[in-house]
Amino acid sequence: MEKLINDFSFGLFIWQIILFLLLLFLLRKFAWKPILKAVEDRETGIKEALDSAEKAKLEMANLQADNEKLLQEARAERDTMLKEAREMKAKMIADAKEEAQAEANKTIANAQTAIEGEKKAAIAELKETVANLSVEIAEKVVKSELSNKDKQLELVDSMLKDANLNN
Amino acid sequence: MRKNTLVRVLSVLILAVGFSATAAPQKDDGDSPKDTKTEIKEYIAHHLQDSHDFNIMASTDEETGEVHHYGFPLPVIFWDDGKLHTFMSSKFHHGETAVESQGNHYKLYHSKIYRVDADGNLNYDEAHGDHPTGRVHLDLSITKSVVMMLVTGLLLIWLFRSLAKSYGKNGSIPKGIGRFFEPIVLYIRDDIAKANIGEHKYKRYMPFLLTVFFFIWFLNMFGLTPLGVNVTGNIAVTAALAILVFLLTNFTGTKDYWKHIFDPLGDGMPWIGKAIIYIILIPIEILGLFIKPFALMIRLYANMTAGHVVLMSLIGLIFIFKSWVGGPLSFGLSFAISLIELFVALLQAYIFTMLAALYFGFASETHEHAEEHDGEVAHL
Repeated sequence: MEKLINDFSFGLFIWQIILFLLLLFLLRKFAWKPILKAVEDRETGIKEALDSAEKAKLEMANLQADNEKLLQEARAERDTMLKEAREMKAKMIADAKEEAQAEANKTIANAQTAIEGEKKAAIAELKETVANLSVEIAEKVVKSELSNKDKQLELVDSMLKDANLNN
Repeated sequence: MRKNTLVRVLSVLILAVGFSATAAPQKDDGDSPKDTKTEIKEYIAHHLQDSHDFNIMASTDEETGEVHHYGFPLPVIFWDDGKLHTFMSSKFHHGETAVESQGNHYKLYHSKIYRVDADGNLNYDEAHGDHPTGRVHLDLSITKSVVMMLVTGLLLIWLFRSLAKSYGKNGSIPKGIGRFFEPIVLYIRDDIAKANIGEHKYKRYMPFLLTVFFFIWFLNMFGLTPLGVNVTGNIAVTAALAILVFLLTNFTGTKDYWKHIFDPLGDGMPWIGKAIIYIILIPIEILGLFIKPFALMIRLYANMTAGHVVLMSLIGLIFIFKSWVGGPLSFGLSFAISLIELFVALLQAYIFTMLAALYFGFASETHEHAEEHDGEVAHL
């Protein structure tokens, strides 16, 4: 220990402190700070590059998913459109059929009414003709038979009866 | 590529061992083995100390017995007797002659400057026997260690400045030698600073941790070169580093850090119970404040010194054995130890940085973290 203390050189100690602090100061200013900064910048650069690559990858995946979705949507839309068209076709056919049926029915009904009318008109005409004929016949019969009064009355009576019965 | 690097590292190591061997003492054949041993011992002790010259090697002339030193002198600056003294260390002639400066005489004794009388004799303390007095305490000389610190500092600035610049030029990618150092910087940031201090507060300690790591590592590595400098094995250097860690820890300490020291049990116990425990606990905690940096200081100093002693002793064995068996054997051993020392150089730098970060982590802990330890005596 005594030798150690004896060996201790105060001058060297002072030189060491001065030189070391000077070295520390100079290296800090001219070496360590720029080196550490450059290394840190590089590391953040690498990290950022990796991050952005990751982000790009994610975006790419998103884009792909979007594309897939769009495709799926388009496909679904096409399917619905086709389905709608098919339905529309079926409906149109059904509607046409229905309309045709209705038209036919209407035509038939019209025809029937027309026939009915014609029939009635024909019947009426027939009745009229028959009546006229009857009147003419009756006139002739009356002209021939109404020579006496009794017979005339009798005839009127019987004819009235007949007329009532006919109706 | 890897093989080339390995070959390069190995060749540097072989050179290192070889040079160190030539730097070891040269002795005349006539001397007894005991003298060689003593001389090696002294040589190692001398090597471990700081020096006022930058000595690379010394050799003794076979004929005249004169010692030649190869290296260069360094400026000597010290304050003594109210005056500033400056001269080149070559005037000391490696401790052989006294230098006259500003009316006083000075001489090197065991690598330290002592004031001597006009004849160059050391003054001895009457009471302590062989302890010389007159040591110059305020010795601010540019010693070998200071030179190595300057060289290391400049090397670090140049290396890491170029790394910092290469980012701008090369699109955030390091170039050249920076490719080797960047992972180490990142390791210190991620596995030392972030792991021990925490994600939010590690930033302000980063410059200190990085500087301390590379400073210690590079100086440890320089210690393994044939230049034979033992900067990190010098107690003054490690003490300075440890004191900086101590100051930084305690000046950046949060409220919770101090609470941990003076009130570690928190509200987990009634005050009467705490008072009894605290009589023992608080002094231990306060002692711990100083023991932590003290351990840092001793650990680095002891490890580096031990490594140098072992390595140089093994090299010294060559000169003790002086045989065909002993030479290669100690060469092989010192080579193996050199490899281990290469690892220890990194390991000790890592441990120092790691522990400093751990202490900073304690200092910067906030309440959320402290709650985890509530009612428990943490960080003794």
